[in-house]
Amino acid sequence: MLRITDLHAKAGDKPILKGLSLSVNGGEVHAIMGPNGSGKSTLAHVLAGRPGYTVTGGEVLYKSSPLFDMAPEVRAREGVFLAYQYPVELPGVSNLYFLRSALNAIRRHRGESEMDAMDFLAIAKEKARFVELDETLVKRNVNEGFSGGEKKRNEIFQMAVLEPSLAILDETDSGLDIDALRIVAKGVNRLRSEDRAMIVVTHYQRLLEYIVPDFVHVLIDGKIALSGGKDLALELESKGYEWLEKEPVQARG
Amino acid sequence: MTEPLPPSPSESSRLLADLTSAEYAAGFVTDIASDAIPAGLSEDVVKLISAKKGEPEWLLDFRLRAFRNWQAMPVPEWARVHYPPIDFQSIVYYSAPKQKLDGPKSLAEVDPKLLETYEKLGVPLHERAALAGVAVDAVFDSVSVATTFKDKLHEVGVIFCSFSEAVREHPELVKKYLGTVVPYSDNFYAALNSAVFSDGSFCYIPKGVKCPMELSTYFRINAKNTGQFERTLIIADDDAAVSYLEGCTAPMRDENQLHAAVVELVAHENARIKYSTVQNWYPGDKDGKGGIYNFVTKRGACRGHNSKISWTQVETGSAITWKYPSCILQGDNSVGEFYSVALANNRQQADTGTKMIHIGKNTRSTIVSKGISAGHGQNTYRGLVKIGKNAEGARNYSQCDSLLLGPHCGAHTFPYIDVQDPTAQMEHEATTSKISDDQIFYFQSRGLSTEDAVSMIVNGFCKEVIKELPMEFAVEAQKLLGLSLEGSVG
Repeated sequence: MLRITDLHAKAGDKPILKGLSLSVNGGEVHAIMGPNGSGKSTLAHVLAGRPGYTVTGGEVLYKSSPLFDMAPEVRAREGVFLAYQYPVELPGVSNLYFLRSALNAIRRHRGESEMDAMDFLAIAKEKARFVELDETLVKRNVNEGFSGGEKKRNEIFQMAVLEPSLAILDETDSGLDIDALRIVAKGVNRLRSEDRAMIVVTHYQRLLEYIVPDFVHVLIDGKIALSGGKDLALELESKGYEWLEKEPVQARG
Repeated sequence: MTEPLPPSPSESSRLLADLTSAEYAAGFVTDIASDAIPAGLSEDVVKLISAKKGEPEWLLDFRLRAFRNWQAMPVPEWARVHYPPIDFQSIVYYSAPKQKLDGPKSLAEVDPKLLETYEKLGVPLHERAALAGVAVDAVFDSVSVATTFKDKLHEVGVIFCSFSEAVREHPELVKKYLGTVVPYSDNFYAALNSAVFSDGSFCYIPKGVKCPMELSTYFRINAKNTGQFERTLIIADDDAAVSYLEGCTAPMRDENQLHAAVVELVAHENARIKYSTVQNWYPGDKDGKGGIYNFVTKRGACRGHNSKISWTQVETGSAITWKYPSCILQGDNSVGEFYSVALANNRQQADTGTKMIHIGKNTRSTIVSKGISAGHGQNTYRGLVKIGKNAEGARNYSQCDSLLLGPHCGAHTFPYIDVQDPTAQMEHEATTSKISDDQIFYFQSRGLSTEDAVSMIVNGFCKEVIKELPMEFAVEAQKLLGLSLEGSVG
């Protein structure tokens, strides 16, 4: 699904990713952990194609094609989805209209027919139940006046509708209380499937109690310093990141 | 293997760089012989226009008084628009497509070239092909060339015809109302119009009649160096109701052309007038060359109790727009509304807004103004809400929102409020926003293009106003907004 080889990237003028390599297959959930400033969110943004970042080296293949040859909207149509840490508000743009336009852009890209408003509404209602997103929120403007938790749920709702092949969740747990976290995680878990890969970026182990990853990678100073199974997250929880920052460790697992 | 990528350009700078190439679809010229008088303005020209139209003495008098008044008036300079002084002697004040002396009697007599012109503009005049439920008065340069569905309207007593015909057929009505809402002394351009106006539309809705179809006027400037000075006069008698629309286009020319219209509305007791404008005059090219100067005075008088006048305008065209459709709320419980979207792209300048003059008791007014600025466009909202000393219980709600696309455009707001009655309730809200790079990227990361992003945000920004337009025109207006910003994105 995704093969990242020796990726280097800058945020503005500052080098952040310094030779990151990672392979993700369909059906797998990979957690990316690491201290603040290690490059977790940069990785998520570079993969999605956000402006402000410059790729200075390395290669990323997505479904065997060079990812960086595709414009951000083409990546999205090809099935890359970024769930934002801080989703923006789109005043005046209705959630339903926005999402149906997005879905139809993807369907057109695949050569499929567009979905009409009635069929779409039925799907949207079903998927909203998935993430326990209130129907009134579904009909409001995108994220306008939503609480932090509602915005995050709206992201997962969008993901449920758009059915991406590669979902990147950027600190989806930040700012969520435990109940909201449980709801979001439940939604994400229901979306796990054989043909869908997920990269879950998080600072804390807490999220991984609910979304149990197949692999855990620790990002230190723009590189993966250590990889392991889900137990690695627990180890990090008790030991912190400092010991990894001091001495390079061979990858395990 | 490395594949270094150049830094992603900021989306808004891309937006800005490309905010140029919008195609103006109505920019063609109709090749038709016209009967024009030489350029220049004098009492003789005023008399000549009046004579060409075979007008009665009282109307010539009105023109001459207006002209003498105009000569003594200074050119207004208070608006936030900049342009070189207009040489009023270089303008042609009357140009009409050549036709039979007293105008065509029916559509069959109208020059096919004219019919074709309106067809191309999407306003077919043949009643079979016409938009169902919309009667059109087509004004070409200085004259009305056709009015559709006249007979059908006549059956219910509605008079809808060109202004010239109204002067001939219904002089008592024209005489009674002309200049009573916008006196010729009102302002420089209203005075000019009153002196030289050549045609326009007239409608009268008799007591108790709800006009069965939308009435509309389609204004087209075609001839070179010609100004268009038309007047519209709409009267809704007691308990009458009408919805009226106007559309405007002009060819692409390097010279600026002047359009100075006057619109007067009169609503009697319980009457309703809804006046909608989709203004798409040629805006000039991306460097600001050419385009129409749209200097228009529009005003409605709510004379009767419980009367209502509602203005809706979508202003996408013109090099310069200077207009303030206003309501004089004389009747108790009368209602005035103003819904506006004004777009200024490239080098366009718009100074537009409204005046709500509350005179009667419990009068209410609503102002919703949406300004969109792009390129080097400058957009100004200017409005006055005046509550007179006897306007007990008057209420006003004003909302002025500005949307900026790119770093070189401007939005300016001048809301004037003058309250002389302590029981008045006033609310005013204003916002200014930009489309952020993060918003654009949010769309992209969901598979939508930058164009989709801008168009969805702009449509979302305007939808409160667009929903006030009659259905067919709402669709048209949305398309026009999209077209006017087309090329604004890569």
